[in-house]
This record gives sequence, structure tokens and C-alpha cells, in this order.
Amino acid sequence: MASHSHAQPVGGPLNKKFVTFMVIFLGIWAAVLLYRFIYGIGVVSGLTDYYPWGVWIAFDVVTGTALACGGYAVAILCYILNKGKYHPLVRPALLTSALGYSMAGLAIVIDVGRWWGVWRIPLGGFPDMGSYNWDSALLEVALCVMAYVGVLWIELGPAFLEKWQSTSKNSALVGFARAGLKFYDKALIWIIALGVLLPTMHQSSLGTLMLLAGQKLHGLWYTPWIPLLFLISCVGMGYSVVVWESSLSTRLFKRQREDDMLTGLSGAMVVIVSLYLVLRFADLIISGKTSMMFTSGWLSIVFWVEIGLFAFPLWMLMNKQRRSQFPVMLRASILLMLAGAMYRFDTYITAYQPAPGQTYFPSFLEIFVTFGVIALEISMYYFIVKRYPILGGATAEGAAE
Amino acid sequence: MSMDRRTLLKGLAVAGAGAVAPVEASEKYAEAPEDAVGMLYDATRCIGCQACVTACKTANNLPGNRYNPPEDLSGETKNIIRLYQDGDESSYVKSQCMHCVDPGCANACMIGAFKKREYGIVTWDPDRCIGCRYCQVACPYNIPKFQWNTGVPLIVKCELCNHIIHDPDTGTLREGALPGCCQACPKEAVIFGRYTDLIEDAKQRIAERPERYWGPDGEPKIFGLTDGGGTQVLYLADLSFEKLGLPTLGDHGTAKQAREIQHGIYRGFIAPVALYGVLGLVMWRNNRAAKKEEG
Repeated sequence: MASHSHAQPVGGPLNKKFVTFMVIFLGIWAAVLLYRFIYGIGVVSGLTDYYPWGVWIAFDVVTGTALACGGYAVAILCYILNKGKYHPLVRPALLTSALGYSMAGLAIVIDVGRWWGVWRIPLGGFPDMGSYNWDSALLEVALCVMAYVGVLWIELGPAFLEKWQSTSKNSALVGFARAGLKFYDKALIWIIALGVLLPTMHQSSLGTLMLLAGQKLHGLWYTPWIPLLFLISCVGMGYSVVVWESSLSTRLFKRQREDDMLTGLSGAMVVIVSLYLVLRFADLIISGKTSMMFTSGWLSIVFWVEIGLFAFPLWMLMNKQRRSQFPVMLRASILLMLAGAMYRFDTYITAYQPAPGQTYFPSFLEIFVTFGVIALEISMYYFIVKRYPILGGATAEGAAE
Repeated sequence: MSMDRRTLLKGLAVAGAGAVAPVEASEKYAEAPEDAVGMLYDATRCIGCQACVTACKTANNLPGNRYNPPEDLSGETKNIIRLYQDGDESSYVKSQCMHCVDPGCANACMIGAFKKREYGIVTWDPDRCIGCRYCQVACPYNIPKFQWNTGVPLIVKCELCNHIIHDPDTGTLREGALPGCCQACPKEAVIFGRYTDLIEDAKQRIAERPERYWGPDGEPKIFGLTDGGGTQVLYLADLSFEKLGLPTLGDHGTAKQAREIQHGIYRGFIAPVALYGVLGLVMWRNNRAAKKEEG
């Protein structure tokens, strides 16, 4: 099951213009970060004591990791539900997941005020080992995300080992790669199982986190079911990202598109999104919040826009014939990514109302920092697919390195 | 094989039941500690002189004074007096940490920088804090403040002048020592004492002059007796507490529900381990089937 013989590096020289742009952009970004680390978070962000979490958390971490659930979602389909035909989608999905989660980790270091103490978390709160507070959902998220970043890169390991085994001139590296691949042949399923377990745990806990906000989180979003809603919506977002990414990489790198696989994914999205909407409404109705959907002022509008962003793509994909058309699929998945993102933004920012008269809007530099994180992720993706066997469906010219 | 499966499913069912059943761990802060201390603030006695604001700054070595009064709690202010005014109605109101019986901040904090300590005082330990600011999200009163304009920020909040009143060597309260604000108040609008004594005191004030104090349906109310699961700082006022900026909370802290859900899902770590086993098993079977097919 570890064989990916059809995956090939894109190859060819790096695009000079792209590389130059990224180097300059990331250079400026690094300067802004330096400024933040010396003078504090306040000088680059619009965060306040009332809104201590802004786009860095709501987008880079919470939405970012949910968008990075492609690896999780495809692994469930391919390995757990045993749909082997989806295999070519696994590696590209894993790469975006590994990058997405790594960038979320980076965003956390940028966001936390006393970042030099982050290493205490994996070490049990050193120097008092084992001083974990197991009541904290954030602790569970932190530990899980740290572990999952490692698991994702390990899952992706074969891509690097295959490359080294076949092209390296260093015999020690070739030997290492060979031994490594043998190890993967035996252990991979247990690693993948971990790769499915960890996101199940922390993606739901990312929802549980906001339960502590209590009365500060508006009733339409505050629900004991929040862990389940976060979990289900992240799977939907995962599939959407795979469709979107596949469309981009076929266009940019002239790969063959895996159309029937993507049609299958769209079918899975229908199931997931329907389940999400049913649970979302069932919860509101059961807990007696039906009228809140219409009487919460502008938050009612926000709520319905959010629901519409889920419902409209669902309607687009309902019809079997229509969802096999690639443009429909692509549009629907973009809408679904937006829907999941909006659900997270609403929970963390829009519907979070700490005190009357308090507002938050991100500052220019704060958004710039987020763009920098995304730029770094794109650059790494580009470099890795060029050099390592990630993408399947190679065309003749693409395969010739 | 089928045997294995049944055992695993049973494990899952148990884990599922855990999510519904009440959790003992959630009761651990249900009542204030027996030796709890706190403060009683009576807004009807407060004259807004801000002496407590200055005294707090002195006691905690923070910059600023009453001639340049702070508008809100911040990275350099742990205590303020504000004026609420609307037509004929007006009242001063003090803000500082409420020292919750079941504090959201301590529930949120990953490696225990926030802790409910001896005498129920909620303190913050810089050596454990990584500055994630989840405490700010979790506090229903928006009390913990962060220093935004420094590369080496601290979380700042009232610790009931723990460093003054509590002797860490003997573990007892220092005789006659008071938090800065209580020592400075010329009107005894804010007083320090044992939690149970403060409750008695508040009840007596209400009994003596019930018309002086606000409460829902005319029944005078002590804020903090049950609000949000109870707070060791109690409030009396002649206007509704909502007008004075205190949130309307249920009788249980939000921490309780969050904890029940989190512990329900992760009770004894059964569910994650069972899920891991099932996932591995399913894939192992898929794998074996695939190999058989191949050859």
C-alpha cells in the first residue's frame, strides 16, 4: 500500500519571477515579525484585551488547520473506508496538510506573547513535570497539533525516501532510504491510524475551546454540540481543498485531472454537509433557540449567510449529473471552504461579544503577517512538488525531468 | 477476530456513555474552599475618591496614579472605579478580579499559570505562562489583561494582594494585613475578610436597610453568591448589576459545562485508544485483503 510509483516530481527549473517575488515578500514579512517580537503584539495588530484572539488564531490556526484536513479526509476515504482508487489523491493532500499544520504551528509562535516558553508544553510544564491542566481543551489541542505535525511529515516520508533512493549519489542516503521504505511497508497503517485519530481529537477540541467563552459567545454559536460541528465541517473542508488543489495543480503543472475520483469526493461532501446542516438546526431547535435565528439583529444575517454558504454548494452538488461536471464541483468546493471558514470566524470573532461597545478589526500589518504565513506555505509547496514525487497523473512532458 | 471486535465495540459503548454521564471531576470547585477569603464591595458606600486605585498601584508596584486615572483595567492597572450615569441614576462601581469559586481562567490555562490557591485566591505564575491569552477569552468579567506593547509581556490582574496578605513560609494569613484597596478605602466601601463572614455581613446590611439595595423583583441581591458558580468578591449596589457592567450569568460557571464535555469525551482516555485500535484493525484487514487479491 505504500507504493506510489505513479507519483512523479513536476521537475524543470523554478520559475524565476515567482521565486524573486516570494523572496522579497517574505523578506519584508520577516522584518515585520522582527518588529513584533521586539516591540510586542500591540504594535502590529488590532488585538485588544477584549479581543485577545484575532485573525492569527481564527484564520491561521483554526481555519488553517481545518483547510489542512485534506490529508485527514482522504485518509479516511482511502484507508478506512478502503476506497483504494483514491490513492493518487493521498500524497498531494498529505503535503498540503503537513504544510498547513506546520504553518499553524508557526502562527501560534507568532501569536503567543511569551513564546519562549512554548517548549514547556510538550515537556509537561517543565520544571514541574506533569503539571498539565487536563481541564484545558487548549492543552489537548496544543499537544495533538504538535504530535500531528510530526505524524504528517512521517506519513509524507516515503515521497522523500523514494526520491533519495532513486536519484541520490550518496550511498549512505540510498541505504537509509531503502531501510526507511521497508519500515514504512510494515508500520504505515499504524502511523496512518494515528493520522486519523489526532485530527479527530483536536479538530473537535478547537470547537470545545470556545465553550469557555460562555455568555460572551452568541447563543446561535454556543452549543454543547460544538465539538461535533467543528469535526464534521473540517472533513467537508478537507474534501473541498483536495478538489480545489487538484484543479490548481492540473492547470499550473499540466497534470491529468483525476475527474471520477473528484466526483466521488463531491458525493462524500453531499453526505458530510447534509449531516452538518441537520445537526446544526436540530441543535438550535432542541435547545429552544429557533426564534434566535430571526431575532438576533445583524448576527441573524451573519447566521443565514453562513448557512447559505453551506446550503448553496450542497444544492449544486445534489444532482449526480451536475456534480460530475468539474466547474460545478470546483465552484461548490470553493463555497464550502468559505462556509467552513466563516463558521470558524463567526465562532471566534464575529459572534464573540466580550462586552458592550467593544469591537475588533485586524490592522494592516496583522493581515500582512497572515499573508506572509500563506506565502511561505505556497513557496514550500511549489518547491516540494517540483522536486519530489507528490503529484500523480503526469503528462509525458511533466514526467521528463 | 469477531471476539476482538466485540470487545472493542463494548469499549466504544462505554466511552459513549461517559459522554452523557455526569463527571465527578467537574465537582472539584463546587464550593469555595473552607478557609476562603475575599472582598465585599458596597457601591452604595463608595464615593468615587479613587484612593483604592492609587493604593492598588502602590501595593503592586504599577505605574500611574489617581491624578491621571485609568479608564479601564489594563496591563498596568489591576483595579479601577468607574462611574455609571444615566439621567438621575448614578453609581460608582469597582472592577478587579472576582476570584471565582470555579475560575474560567484556571480552567483554560494549559500548564497551570493560573491557579486557585490557598484561601481560594486566584494567582498567576509568569514562569508557566506562554501568553496564549485563553484566560482572557475564558474570563466572563474580562479581567486578565495583557501587556500589548512590549516584547516581554505579562498577564496582569488582581491577585487579592496575595504577596501582602499571605505568608508563604507559614502558609497562613499575615495578622492584620489587607489588600491595598481595602486598606485605603476611607468609607469601608470595600472590605477584606473571610468569605463566610463577608456573606454574613452583606446579609446583615440588607436586613438592616433593604430599601438601599437593588435586586430583581425588589428582593435585594448579593452579586457573586451564586453568579457564575459564585465569586469570592461580593457586590452590593442600588442599581442593577447589569447596568454596572457585570454580566448576567447562570448559577453554574461556564467552566463546569466545558469541563463536563471535555472530560466526557476523554474520560479515562478510553475513546481515543479504542478509536485508534479500531482504525488500525480496519486498515490491517483492508491491507490483508488487498495482499490476498494481489497474489
